[in-house]
Amino acid sequence: MGLLYGLIAVGLALIFGLMDVTNFAHGEFLMIGMYASFFLFTFFAIDPLLSAPLVAAALFVFGALVYLLIVRFAMRAKANAGMVQIFSTFGLAIVMRGLAQLFFTPDYRSIPHSWLGGKTISVAGIFLPEPQLVGALVSILAFAGLYFFIHRTDFGRALEATREDPGAVALVGIDKNRVFAFGWGLGAALVGLAGAIMAVFFYIYPDVGASFALIAYVTVALGGFGSVFGAFAGGIIVGLVEAMTALMLPPSLKSVGIYAVYLLVVFIRPRGLFGSM
Amino acid sequence: MTALLETRGVWQRFGGLVANSDVSISVGRGEIVGLIGPNGAGKSTLFNLIAGVLPPTQGSIWFDGKDVTNLPAAVRCQRGVGRTFQVVKSFETMTVIDNVIVGALVRNTVMREARRKAHEVLEFTGLAARADVLASDLVPAEKRRLEVARALATEPKLLLLDEVLTGLTPTEAQTGVALVRKVRDTGITVLMVEHVMEIVMPLVDRAIVLDLGKVLVEGKPTEVVRDPKVIKAYLGDRHAVGA
Amino acid sequence: MDKNFAARRRRDLVIAAMLAALAALAPLFVKNVYIQNIMVLTLMYAALSQSWNILSGYCGQISLGHALYFGIGAYTTELLFTKFGVLPWFGMLAGGAIAAVIAMGLGYPFFRLRGHYFVIATIVIAEIGLLLFQNWEWAGAAMGITIPVRGDSWLKFQFMRSKLPYFYFALALCCLAWFVTWWLEDSKWGFWWRAVKDNPEAAESLGVVVFNSKMGAAAVSAFLVAIGGAFYAQFLAYIDPESVMGFQFSLLMALPAVLGGIGTLWGPVLGAAILIPMTELTRSYIGGSGRGVDLIVYGGLIVAISLALPQGLVSLFSRSKAKGATR
Repeated sequence: MGLLYGLIAVGLALIFGLMDVTNFAHGEFLMIGMYASFFLFTFFAIDPLLSAPLVAAALFVFGALVYLLIVRFAMRAKANAGMVQIFSTFGLAIVMRGLAQLFFTPDYRSIPHSWLGGKTISVAGIFLPEPQLVGALVSILAFAGLYFFIHRTDFGRALEATREDPGAVALVGIDKNRVFAFGWGLGAALVGLAGAIMAVFFYIYPDVGASFALIAYVTVALGGFGSVFGAFAGGIIVGLVEAMTALMLPPSLKSVGIYAVYLLVVFIRPRGLFGSM
Repeated sequence: MTALLETRGVWQRFGGLVANSDVSISVGRGEIVGLIGPNGAGKSTLFNLIAGVLPPTQGSIWFDGKDVTNLPAAVRCQRGVGRTFQVVKSFETMTVIDNVIVGALVRNTVMREARRKAHEVLEFTGLAARADVLASDLVPAEKRRLEVARALATEPKLLLLDEVLTGLTPTEAQTGVALVRKVRDTGITVLMVEHVMEIVMPLVDRAIVLDLGKVLVEGKPTEVVRDPKVIKAYLGDRHAVGA
Repeated sequence: MDKNFAARRRRDLVIAAMLAALAALAPLFVKNVYIQNIMVLTLMYAALSQSWNILSGYCGQISLGHALYFGIGAYTTELLFTKFGVLPWFGMLAGGAIAAVIAMGLGYPFFRLRGHYFVIATIVIAEIGLLLFQNWEWAGAAMGITIPVRGDSWLKFQFMRSKLPYFYFALALCCLAWFVTWWLEDSKWGFWWRAVKDNPEAAESLGVVVFNSKMGAAAVSAFLVAIGGAFYAQFLAYIDPESVMGFQFSLLMALPAVLGGIGTLWGPVLGAAILIPMTELTRSYIGGSGRGVDLIVYGGLIVAISLALPQGLVSLFSRSKAKGATR
């Protein structure tokens, strides 16, 4: 579970942390990813596991468009830039929820009989549900890929440089908008991937994103903005804490533990565990 | 009469980096003292220590006969330390007059009084015509002036000026120099950090040269500029550690 | 000296008095209970947003957890009333006081945080409050509290037959929040808050104790919001955690101020006057289909306004004024 939170969070970490832009529609990106996976399954009988790359690609385009059409202008705001970002993406979230209700109806849906759904695997005598296991695997791969991407490729460096000093970057001929649009696309693709996998074992409905979004923010902040590794670690911590709280407190209180840990961490380290900003 | 400001054996370390080592300086009442030195000499660090932005790693700071080493910046301001910032820090969304009122509120709790004081200071610093302009709309030279005005509104005994003359055109710098003299004539002691020696030297009564975090030379400006150690610090060894 | 300034302050006060008088007369012409209901909510959100604006707009500490104080106001009032028979009027003040104390208690650790870390912490603390109330049996847990009907009375601040008393209370609350802001705007605190928002380090160098300033703003803001919560509880006559402490309240307090103009005197009122009727009307006229069109329109408008007018609708007025001045 923690690794899945990590996967949701890592897309956010990219947008939120690396580009320092608040994306309040992140949960809705996840929701779109889940629906995409659901419809590919229902209409074309493509198993979520196979459709995941397709969903990710679709979300990539979507994320880049969101940046070009909305966020680009929000970032340009001279006054109250932070507020403009929060509320323009928040407005977008509402629109997306509305669209989901309009086209997908508010019904709860789920994917029956996927390859992985409901199956368990026995590892050293412990039964683990397969979808979660695959999710965990995909998360680790995605993290490793992203980490490599940010730190080892020219584009990753361009992204970081663009955040630090857009002016200087423009001088060396990098188009800030292209870099950021790509970053947004990538962030959205990652959350789409998370959505595709989660579609297997969660109900899908228009408001589903909201319940994960806050946890994703907490995860990113816990790890510290600007750190991909932080988001990964944050995800694992959040998963562990949730599991532990579930043992000690009634299920309705399971999130309290996560929130409490977040507060505790930032009180001691106001920039999160691995934050640099 | 005791000195207005004294630092006694002040050290500041940032990790392994020593920004100030065993700095003891004193500033007498009514003086204009220049704190100069090449880049990375530890001038700004010493300044922040005096203003109370952070406490020194070691040593003590005395102001007006009292130990202020552990007092936060706001309290030091209340005691009579006013300062400007090297990188201007105006309240950008507020008008010029409102910027100055914030400073004036330290000694005037009644709004009307604070406002009157702020207008006085704007008049004194030659910003009166710009009173209702947003601070963000000022040109750089005016922003520096606003920094001084804001600090003056707190009615300081000691005014710390951090490179207020740097980056100005010669004419602007001359008006700046005149303003600093005018400030001193009202009885305020001035300690100014400056990088460009030519501008400061005619202005100050005494100069303290810092290099590599230590006091290198201290004395009359005319003597200081001729000191071989100072010349060496400025001309040679430019890439010295200690930034 | 400064005649303009004094004149502007007086003009604001006169406009506010006229608007309040106009609003007070409105029920004479509007008899439709549904519209009256919207007017009550609009006034309430204007008051809440005005209070939120003190901490988040003037002092720059963006809180998205003010639902906590709203809920505390509501719960304190109703728990005191149903369990101990304390009249809502006293409960309301108690709620405000408790909220202010909690806001300051939270301020100790919270005000060390900056930027996103602070915002997320405020969301998180409100969520914790919500979850705790949902599991607190004595306070009705998730079922909430139904306020016993004892007939219309000002003493118990309870009215079944007419919405009007609620309307006037909401109007009074809105006026109070506006007046407090107006008064604070030209006070030591008002100046300190704006300085803290713009540049805490410079503020500190000018003798402003940044931490105390934030604490003051948090206390005033939380107190007023809790009064609003108490009012809302009486208005609904029924409360449960989600309906008085949900995240949507934190947003609905912030939105009017942001759309109208954050950190301005008139922003929250203006924003609420447009946003709340819009929310309610789209919900009932377009939303009836249950197909989410209302959300699309509503969300679309938020995106459009926040992108087109980053300084809020208030900037439309000041811009046209500035143009007039130069001509």
